[in-house]
Amino acid sequence: MNNNKKLLLKLENAGYTVNDKSLVKGVSFEVKQGEIVTLIGPNGSGKSTTAKIALGIHKKIDGKVKKFTNKIGYVPQKISVDWTLPLRVIDFMILTENLTDDQINIALNLTGVEHLKNKNLSNLSGGEFQRVLISRAIAKQPNLLVLDEPVQGVDFKGEVALYELIKKISEKINCGILLISHDLHVVMSATDFVICLNGHVCCSGKPHIVAQNEKYKELFGDRASNVLSLYEHQHDHSHSQDGTINHKE
Amino acid sequence: MFDDFFIRALIAGVGIALVTGPLGCFVIWKRLSFFAGTLAHSALLGVTMAVFFEISIAFCVFIISAILAILLLQLQKKTKLSDDTLLGILAHASLAIGLVVVGFLTTIRFDIMGLLFGDILAVNEIDLLFIWIGGSLILFILKLIWKPLFASTVNNELAEAEGMTPNKFNAIFTILTAAVIAISIKIVGLLLITGMLIIPAAFARNISNNPQQMVVLSTIGGLLSVLIGLFSSLAFNTPSGPSIITAALLLFMLSLFKLKKFSELKK
Repeated sequence: MNNNKKLLLKLENAGYTVNDKSLVKGVSFEVKQGEIVTLIGPNGSGKSTTAKIALGIHKKIDGKVKKFTNKIGYVPQKISVDWTLPLRVIDFMILTENLTDDQINIALNLTGVEHLKNKNLSNLSGGEFQRVLISRAIAKQPNLLVLDEPVQGVDFKGEVALYELIKKISEKINCGILLISHDLHVVMSATDFVICLNGHVCCSGKPHIVAQNEKYKELFGDRASNVLSLYEHQHDHSHSQDGTINHKE
Repeated sequence: MFDDFFIRALIAGVGIALVTGPLGCFVIWKRLSFFAGTLAHSALLGVTMAVFFEISIAFCVFIISAILAILLLQLQKKTKLSDDTLLGILAHASLAIGLVVVGFLTTIRFDIMGLLFGDILAVNEIDLLFIWIGGSLILFILKLIWKPLFASTVNNELAEAEGMTPNKFNAIFTILTAAVIAISIKIVGLLLITGMLIIPAAFARNISNNPQQMVVLSTIGGLLSVLIGLFSSLAFNTPSGPSIITAALLLFMLSLFKLKKFSELKK
C-alpha cells in the first residue's frame, strides 16, 4: 500500500464483548485515503459490530481504535424512522451537516433519486431508501465512508451502478471507505483490501490473495472461490455453528 | 374586564404552551410519554417537600424529577427489567411516597385537588416569573441543542457515528423535560401535565409533513388548548388542567378528520 496516503482509521486488536459473549475479537486493520477496505463473512460473524467499533458506537471495547478524521459518512445496515416523526428526504439529508440546496440536489441526483426530495421517508421503497442513505452519506463529502451493506434491496442493475458510483466518488473526493458487502464479485473486483471475519479475522489481504485462501473457501463454499482463480492452502482450524474455533490436532 | 387572577393564569398558560409545544414533539418522537408521566408523578413528592421546607414548588419538583431520572439510569444498569417496568415502579412508588408524606403533613392546609388537576387561582407573580424566565431558558437551550438532539432522535447510531455525541444531548433533554414539568404543575396539574406535552404534539403530527411544521403546529395547538381551556374553566367553574386537556383532545379529534382527508387525497 502507498505510504504517502493519509491514514484515516486504525484498529488495533479491537474486539467487543456483550454479556460475556464475544461478538468479535482481535481485529486489526487500517483504512487510508482513497482506499476501499471490505469486511466479508457469514451472518453473525461480527462485520457490523466491527464497523460500529470503528465508528465509536460501541463504547466499552477491547483493544484500540484510532480515528484521524471527524468527517465521517455512515450508511447503517438497518434504520427505521417511526411514522410519528414526519421526515422528508430533504430533512434527512441535512441531519448531521448543514448543506446548501445545490449540494443536496447534486447528491440525490448521483443516486438517481432527486425526484424524491420532498417525499416522506416512510413512503419510500427499500431500494429508494438505500439510495437516499448513500446520498446523505456522500453529500457531506466525508473523509471516511462506512457503508454497511449499502445496496441491500436495490435491484441488480442499480446495484452494479451504485457500486460503480461509490468507487467513482471515493476517487473524486479522495475518501477512504470501509465497506461491508455480501456481493463477493464486487468485493473481489473493486476493493483494495479484504478482511474475512468469523468472530475473528480469518484471513485478510488483497482480494486475489484472500480468494485463494482455504479459510475463505471454507466460509463461503466452493462457488465463491470461482470468483477468482484459486489454489490450495493449508488451514489450521474450522468453525462450529456459533463461530467458535475448532483447532485441528 | 377580567380578574387579576385570570389574567395571571392566561399569561402563565401561554408561557407553558410555548414550551410544551416543541418539547412535546420530542417526547413523542423519542417515545418518552411514559417517562414524562413518571417525572410528573414524582412531582407530588417535590410539592410536599416544598411545602414542608417552605421553598419554591417549581424548584423542588425540578430537583425530585432530576433525581428520579438519575435513579432510572442506575436501575437500567443494575437490572434487565424493561424500561416500561422500571418507569412503572418509579412512577407509582414516588406518587405513593408523596401521598404518604401528604398524610403526615396534617397541620398544613393542602389543596390536593389543585395539585393533581391544576388551579388557576393559585398562580402568583413569582410563578409567572418562573414560567417565563424558565420557559425562555428551556427554549433557548432546546434551540442550541436542536441539531444533535434531532439527529439522535432520528437515529442514535447514525448521530454517534457522525460525531454528534447523542448521549450528552439526550441527558440535557431529560433535564429540560423535568424543568417543563416543574413550571407547568400549578396550571395543568401533575396528573395531566403529560397530556399537555403529548396531545398537542399528536394533533400536530396528524396535520404536518415535516418536523419544523409539526413543532409550530404543536405550539399553536397547545396555545389554543390553553385559551379554550382557561376560558371554559372560568365560565363553567371547572378545574383548569382537565379543561385544557379536554380542549386539546377536541383539537386532536378534529385533526383525525384532516388526516383521513389527507390519506384519501393521496389515493
